[in-house]
Amino acid sequence: MECQECHQRPATVHLTKVINGDKTEIHVCEQCAKEKGYGETSFSLNDLLSGLFNFDHATSISSGTAPTSTQPAKQVQCPKCGLTYQEFARIGKFGCAECYKTFDEKLNPIFRRVHSGNTQHNGKIPKRAGDNLHLRKEIEQKKHELHQLIDREEFEEAAKVRDQIRKLEKQLDDEQGGDV
Amino acid sequence: MSLQNFMNEAISPWMKEEGPDSDIVLSSRIRLARNFAQVTFPIIAKEEELKPILDFFNQEYAHQSFKDYRNLELVEMSRLKSIEKRVLVEKHLISPHLAEHSDHSAALISENEQISVMINEEDHLRIQLYYPGFQLEKALQRASELDDWLEEKINYAFDEKRGYLTACPTNVGTGMRASVMMHLPALAMTQQVNRMIPAINQLGLVVRGIYGEGSEALGNIFQISNQITLGKSEEDIVEDLQSVVRQLVDQERKARETLMQRSGIQLEDRVFRSYGVLKNSRIIESKEAAKCLSDVRLGIDLGFIKNVSQNILNELMILTQPGFLQQYAQETLTPDQRDVRRASLIRERLQLEKK
Repeated sequence: MECQECHQRPATVHLTKVINGDKTEIHVCEQCAKEKGYGETSFSLNDLLSGLFNFDHATSISSGTAPTSTQPAKQVQCPKCGLTYQEFARIGKFGCAECYKTFDEKLNPIFRRVHSGNTQHNGKIPKRAGDNLHLRKEIEQKKHELHQLIDREEFEEAAKVRDQIRKLEKQLDDEQGGDV
Repeated sequence: MSLQNFMNEAISPWMKEEGPDSDIVLSSRIRLARNFAQVTFPIIAKEEELKPILDFFNQEYAHQSFKDYRNLELVEMSRLKSIEKRVLVEKHLISPHLAEHSDHSAALISENEQISVMINEEDHLRIQLYYPGFQLEKALQRASELDDWLEEKINYAFDEKRGYLTACPTNVGTGMRASVMMHLPALAMTQQVNRMIPAINQLGLVVRGIYGEGSEALGNIFQISNQITLGKSEEDIVEDLQSVVRQLVDQERKARETLMQRSGIQLEDRVFRSYGVLKNSRIIESKEAAKCLSDVRLGIDLGFIKNVSQNILNELMILTQPGFLQQYAQETLTPDQRDVRRASLIRERLQLEKK
């Protein structure tokens, strides 16, 4: 069983909490348990969420290395809606679409914990999304399919998919040529 | 079609149709969170930013038709009394959040109440679509078409890497919450539900009571939904949820069979006692009513009780909620008065079935 916080290390700390008859089970690794203070006090989902954000904040300050450009973490503020990172961490909500860009560098760890290790969208794309995004996604998908077919040694099918990819890539080239 | 219809009938028209596995899966729902690209999200937006969105909906979508859903009604929250809002919440047409944040918020509701698009909730748009029984794929397809239809006139907040951008990090990506309402009396009776919930949670799914987050599983009705919205496609999320729901349906059927074999007479006794309580009580609390309704519904499914419609559970569960009772009584009621009203309402309703 993997740790439900970092999704990287195996879970070695197992907690069962019963609050007013509601049972919750927690499976985390020792490191995350220590950082979260599990086993010390009761906590709510809200605490847990804002705890996630703060934890991220704390490490980015305490680790002196900080290779990113956002060194003074507390200054980050969204230019569109004015929300600061602290406020975001406190309320656990974004203020506008621009916030996602503003806080981008801090978001991966948060998303990873909330969405079981995922940080990238893999679903529907709005019809209006320009920039041949649909085409690029389709090529990506076909390439994935191609690898699977090769792994299964279904070469005849694979050749067909390869040709489809070529065709799509040519289409993409033409479109980009037209754009520039 | 007017607000009055949404208020008077406890059971939405779409619920009256029968769906697959509807003895156990009461309904399937898809919810999509969407935002306008250029506008600050409702939680911190100023009034002058939210009003144009409401106006836009009034202008572009009110009384329009999407496919078979004709003459969509835009119900503005600021025009409703608090009891009316409560009724819409009890019918799951709006969220408690929308009822509380009524300035410039609204819901675009279809005549059969299958569609409800909440406007200026936590996100600018919360598209909701229901289907009776176990029909998640169909619901997803239809919700996606509705999403496309709305998008024709709206520039959504979307990012190639993060997907649909939402106010809460727990919704980003697909912005989709797929859920089913399940009636699991046999699994609850045999204490199996409590053991299953942690296992289901491990799969990235959430189990809740009938009125969402933090609510109790009144009447053995459980809501099961996806937790993860980022990194998986809509279809994959639905497929994962479906496979768990299918297993739960099988387990519930098995548990019902086992109960029938091992303690059929006890089960029959329980069903008819509850039926007796509902038919005869003069005062009944919502918790007891929910328990008895669950038993009676099980009794109908198992064939103990005939000539009472299956819908009785869904209908009376909603009808006996505080908001509805008061709407029905046309006055504010104290909890004690409600218990009396509830009992008489249930008696009347069961009387109706007898014919």
